[in-house]
Amino acid sequence: MNEWISIIRTIIEAGTPLLIGTLGQIAIERTGILNLGAEGIMIMGAVTGFAFARITGNPWIGLVAAILIGIFFALIHGVISISFNGNQTISGLALTMFGIGLSGLIGRNYIGIPVKHIPRIPLFPLDKIPILGQILFNTNPLVYLSFLLVLIYWFILYKTKIGIIVRAVGDSPETAESMGISVTKVKYLGTIIGGALIGLSGAYLSLIYIPAWIEGMTAGRGWIIVSLTVFAMWDPIYAVFGSYLFGGVEVMQYILQPYGIPPAFLSMSPYIVTILVLCIASRESIKKRLGAPKTLGKPYIREK
Amino acid sequence: MTSDNIILETRNITKFFPPNIYANYKINFNLKEGEIHALLGENGAGKTTLMRILFGELTPDEGEIYIKGKKARIKSPRDAISYKIWMVHQHFRLVENLTVTENIALGLANKIIHPEKEVESKIKEIMETYELRVDINAKIWQLSTGEKQRVEILKALYAGSKILILDEPTSVLTPLERERFFKVLKKLKENRTSIIFITHKLDEAMKSDRITVLRKGKLIATVYPYEIDKNELVKMMIGKNISFLTTKNKRSISNKKVLNVKNLWVLGDRGVYAVQGATFELKEGEILGIAGVAGNGQKELAEAIVGLRPISKGEIYICEKNITNKPTRFIYDNGVAFIPEDRIGTGVIIDLSVIDNFILKTYYLPEYTKHKIFIQYNKFLNTFNDAVKKYGIIVPNPYFPVKTLSGGNIQKLILARELSKKHKLIIALHPTYGLDVATTNAVRKTLLEESMRGTSILLISEDLEEIFLLSDKIAVMYRGKIVGVFEKEKADLHTIGLLMAGEEIRGA
Amino acid sequence: MRIRIRKRVVESKRKIILIKIIAVLSALLADAIIFLFMNVDPLRAYYEILRAAFLTEYGLTETIVKFIPLALISFGLMVVFKAQTWNIGAEGQLLMGAIVTTWVALNLGFLPSYIIIPLMYFSGFIAGLSWALIPSFLKIKLHVNEVLTTFMMNLIAQKILEYFVYGPWRDPHGWGFPQTAMFPENARLPILPGTRIHYTTLLLALATCFILYVLIWKTTIGYEIKVVGGNIEAARYAGINIAKIVFLTMIISGGLAGLAGVGEVGGIKFRLNPNVSPGYGYTGIVIAWLGGLNPLGVAIAAFLYSGLLVGGDALQVAMRLPQATINIFNGSILFFILAFDFFTRYEIKLER
Repeated sequence: MNEWISIIRTIIEAGTPLLIGTLGQIAIERTGILNLGAEGIMIMGAVTGFAFARITGNPWIGLVAAILIGIFFALIHGVISISFNGNQTISGLALTMFGIGLSGLIGRNYIGIPVKHIPRIPLFPLDKIPILGQILFNTNPLVYLSFLLVLIYWFILYKTKIGIIVRAVGDSPETAESMGISVTKVKYLGTIIGGALIGLSGAYLSLIYIPAWIEGMTAGRGWIIVSLTVFAMWDPIYAVFGSYLFGGVEVMQYILQPYGIPPAFLSMSPYIVTILVLCIASRESIKKRLGAPKTLGKPYIREK
Repeated sequence: MTSDNIILETRNITKFFPPNIYANYKINFNLKEGEIHALLGENGAGKTTLMRILFGELTPDEGEIYIKGKKARIKSPRDAISYKIWMVHQHFRLVENLTVTENIALGLANKIIHPEKEVESKIKEIMETYELRVDINAKIWQLSTGEKQRVEILKALYAGSKILILDEPTSVLTPLERERFFKVLKKLKENRTSIIFITHKLDEAMKSDRITVLRKGKLIATVYPYEIDKNELVKMMIGKNISFLTTKNKRSISNKKVLNVKNLWVLGDRGVYAVQGATFELKEGEILGIAGVAGNGQKELAEAIVGLRPISKGEIYICEKNITNKPTRFIYDNGVAFIPEDRIGTGVIIDLSVIDNFILKTYYLPEYTKHKIFIQYNKFLNTFNDAVKKYGIIVPNPYFPVKTLSGGNIQKLILARELSKKHKLIIALHPTYGLDVATTNAVRKTLLEESMRGTSILLISEDLEEIFLLSDKIAVMYRGKIVGVFEKEKADLHTIGLLMAGEEIRGA
Repeated sequence: MRIRIRKRVVESKRKIILIKIIAVLSALLADAIIFLFMNVDPLRAYYEILRAAFLTEYGLTETIVKFIPLALISFGLMVVFKAQTWNIGAEGQLLMGAIVTTWVALNLGFLPSYIIIPLMYFSGFIAGLSWALIPSFLKIKLHVNEVLTTFMMNLIAQKILEYFVYGPWRDPHGWGFPQTAMFPENARLPILPGTRIHYTTLLLALATCFILYVLIWKTTIGYEIKVVGGNIEAARYAGINIAKIVFLTMIISGGLAGLAGVGEVGGIKFRLNPNVSPGYGYTGIVIAWLGGLNPLGVAIAAFLYSGLLVGGDALQVAMRLPQATINIFNGSILFFILAFDFFTRYEIKLER
């Protein structure tokens, strides 16, 4: 019993960086910007978070630094996509490469050294609830934050004026503009929020989940975020299921390893699952029913 | 009802579009309070440009706008809305995935949480006052075109607009919806809303209080309908008396069937049947005009014939050869030329050169290639130069990118390309839509000459004048069905109009 | 005063090239600033790169060594990008080429070299091609975005490679290193004496450049690629088989990346290990883009970039920087080209 509780909790903890990152990606892509730079932003978050936690001795400052670097990196992509009408596919790839390169350079002195990490903090009195309390409320603070974020996202997206505006900007920027909404501003805002969360998800890896700096430690998680966003149809609630599903796949690798399955096969399983998931999510019938942002990846050019 | 208070005035509005087009040149236009003002002109006369300037979507290069005698600074739609100006675009500015109330709340509601509930009661009130009924909880994509237009007007009224600009409001409506629309305009006028509506239809302009005519970016005149007749208006619109291609040379249409469509069923993009059991035939040298409001299955019909859309049921024969669900290229190679609806979107590749666009349908033919692999451009040049001369395409050299050409030149290029290949049937989808008078006449003349030479033409057009001018037989399409086929001599405008609106006519 | 932005009607070729050069220089400047912050002397780093890549005879031959895989990969990507299809899976396609070639070399070593070497090229080409086939199939049949799938295929290929070199193919006499045994002599590609240039692959790359030039500008297939990439609706309307073009361009680029893999294991390392490629597949994307998707431009860009990579290796040795550092250049050059591209497409004026 206890073993199962611990496994489920580990799955949630493994899925949380994916969830936070996917929520960030949703903020960016809902406004119509295709972001293939998630991997780059994430790994920069990871290295920056680690570096600042190491320098200041305070992991919380590390998280804040990761958020800021995430915003900065997302804005590079934002400026190219929003203000310069550049090719978003190429710009996103550039961001990923740049992040992988720069994080390697920054992190070269941090390999193999310890850091003060963020521990599990039980959330009294909720952690006293039998079973569920141990799974959901005796874990690390960012997991609690992710719960909160999902609720906030859902509320804002479907219950408020901001949600209507965001959905309008992603679907029909001309309409939003004609209603007096600054499409540019909304897109930049989405980019900033998204960058912050993706940066934070990177720091989660280096300050909570692993916790250490390893070159290339995101290991394709940024790309999984990109795929998960498609899988979740840009919806925060579906993102929860998707993230924990992938967290589960990740955890199963370690559980199954002693049974003689080669580690390489286990560690490639998330990628295979991602491809399978994309195959399902790309079906035209499903795409139509759920609201994918119609102008995703297309520059919005306002005539003057 | 109309007072003489001028509510809006423009002085010397000029808008230049590079490289060389003055969309508006020194325009002095005025609008009186509570009047219905028609802005008349051909496509490309600069009507929409002027209105978008008033709505703050475009910034003029020169000139000022005055509202109630005071100079207004309109830099964005937001500014325009604050001056109580509203524009309903030809392509509606609605978010398809949002509901009616959400669309209105977007930008207009104050509440942050559940803004759509805030707007609801006022919308209902407006709906009652102006008889603009629509299901406010439906998503936009579930509505008909007429309903969408009502939502747009609701939006304007919700915003408290006093000046309402409507860009070709009737072009998307059926005749019945059109009548209803003019009733709404009257209601608006009664409530002292000033209305500008853009049109290129004379009889609609005559229904207004005042008419302003634009031509090639210039304001020609502002007149009252009672002091002018249609012929004078036409002269103002096009600048000279055009000689309509009135009569065709008598020619005998042979009995050879070129196109035979039997009980055709085709699915549309939304998964419902867009073409429902269409049956008709086309003889050698005959022009069959298909009239109908756009969106009644004409496009799907054309696409099904050339193999761009799968056929669910029924058969199509070209000269006795069954081409049902055959590949597009096979159908073209059997003598079908196709003039598409969306010139820029599907007709050309904007970044490629003129010659590369010219060879789009022929580049693979044995006579132009070596071993069917290498394209021999030099063999194309003669054909190309002949076509440039014949169709009057203005282009400096064959290697010029197409994106520098005007819309009219692009259409001529498409026509030249389609007719440069051996063909016995032309399918023309709205071939003159949006073209200037000269190009329109050139295109029509070419089609007539082709039919004289024995080519059969399936002409799909919204323009009834065009249909009557060119066709030997006229069919009407409504909701995917062919609801009547007439010999041209036996067809009259009234009957066709009723059929287009979905009225049933006995004996049709 | 206000800023006025207008779309240019015609973009002049000279200006496009000039702006690209300015973009690359700006990127190098920006990277210098980053190096400064990272306590790396940028002048020394750049000099090191320049010297190592172009100013010594050995360096120049090494630049050619790197040019071989980069040219093959970026020529292939040029074709596939021209069709507006975004294969970013060249890395994985290279790895699969390397893996399959290794199998051929280790198991069919008894064959004479005039048979086994063509066989290695052939099998590597087919392996890369097949790896590109999966995402192409998913794109055409299920409309799955190829960017995501090709990237995932890279990660999967890397894991397959690891499986073999850590597992069944590990050299028992290799002191436990994750690598295969050396290829037999007759399964090694011929090499220019005194260098590491495996000239048969180099000739293949140069031939590819010429063939692709002819393909794109002279043939019906090339024309179809341009039409599909220029306006997919027009291609559909013209009756062009779009699926065929996507398939064809994808497998051309996959096959060429596979050939690059053959060269790396058969001509340089003579064995398979996890570091077959220092991200050639990703660098190829930058090169194809930088070269303006035209064969000559891509060839020049590939050569310059090869120098940069050789310099990067020198940095690793001389200044102890991680190999990933080179990706900073990849990313920043793309950023600056994208940003500066705006100035070729639009004209910006200040007005009173």
